Amino acid sequence: MHEWALAEALISTVIQVSKKEGLRRIFEIGVRVGELQDIDLEIFKFALMQLRPDYLKDAEFKFRIVKSRLKCRVCGLEWSPRKDELNESIREAIHFIPEIAHAYLKCPRCGSKDFDIIQGRGVWLEYVRGK
Amino acid sequence: MTPSNEVENDTIGNELRDVRLNVIDERIKNVKNVIAVSSGKGGVGKSLVASALSLSLRRKGYRVGLFDLDLTSPSTHIILDVKGVQPIEDRGIIPPKIHGISYMSITYYSGDKPTPLRGRDFSNALIELMAITRWGDLDFLIVDMPPGISDATLDIIRLIKRSKFLIVTTPSKLAFETVKKLTKLLLDLHVEILGIIENMKLKSSDFIKLNVDRLGVKYLGEINFDENLEDALGDVDKFSKTEFFMRVEEITEELLKALASGSQ
Repeated sequence: MHEWALAEALISTVIQVSKKEGLRRIFEIGVRVGELQDIDLEIFKFALMQLRPDYLKDAEFKFRIVKSRLKCRVCGLEWSPRKDELNESIREAIHFIPEIAHAYLKCPRCGSKDFDIIQGRGVWLEYVRGK
Repeated sequence: MTPSNEVENDTIGNELRDVRLNVIDERIKNVKNVIAVSSGKGGVGKSLVASALSLSLRRKGYRVGLFDLDLTSPSTHIILDVKGVQPIEDRGIIPPKIHGISYMSITYYSGDKPTPLRGRDFSNALIELMAITRWGDLDFLIVDMPPGISDATLDIIRLIKRSKFLIVTTPSKLAFETVKKLTKLLLDLHVEILGIIENMKLKSSDFIKLNVDRLGVKYLGEINFDENLEDALGDVDKFSKTEFFMRVEEITEELLKALASGSQ
């Protein structure tokens, strides 16, 4: 149910953006979702529908899923971890805190745990379209 | 439909784009006091003070949360013997109660695996935990900080603007040198410092007290080195009977008085 917390954060951000920009009607909200966090999109969408205030009723949420990319700081290898490499409890831990990947993943070439998550973490608001 | 006004990537500031940042205040809106237990150096007893302070406040009837933010080297779970529990998932996560304290730690997810985190990753993990943890109604949220003046300290100052710092030092000049830097940073940034505790005192000396006075910060008291403390880790009954714990209880009284006078 972590998706509800993220949905609440997204709605709160959209409200702030629309206030700041003086938008009264919102048509479209662009959301970037990192694959690493393994968000259940159906629950996330449902939570957004439940949590959105009236003036967002007509807004369409557009999701862009971004593939996970990790880059080893030791040997420079870039890779995307495969979901089936990880058991459910590890996936769940990463779901809550993507950086927990540093506890469970390592570079497939040199074995280092010193890697950067270069894309595919978290939920980001990309744009708000409205007037 | 042609939007008459379109707000896109570049006009949404970074703080707004990272949706997690906007919900942190909401997560702690019913927390009356946030106290960050901090130091310039590791090994001075921050986690022990944070744990004892949390238990002590709880025993006085306050609603208390303890947040172990030492993400790469957490240790309060050992002190409090936290085993076999997990946060409840309910529109975020609700920390389980440990000895009456709402307790949150990365160890629920990392177990005993080393979790090396560079600055940006550390910051991201910290923000994630702060954004998803629902603390509910608390009188005190005690934050066990990692040592130093890097990511965690800067993030707590940035993200929880009403944090008050409780600083721990040892009698060592080396420890105090780093504490001085932390103190000066907090003073520069107008962050409230509740005071400095001198822990692990082995012999009588005014050195720390005099220097704390010079910084214009309250000297909250000294705690003698307690050779029985190590044997009490992981056994809260035993821990609460140590001289260390009883001394923290006395300092807690001082702290409560300071907080009461500060809020008037």
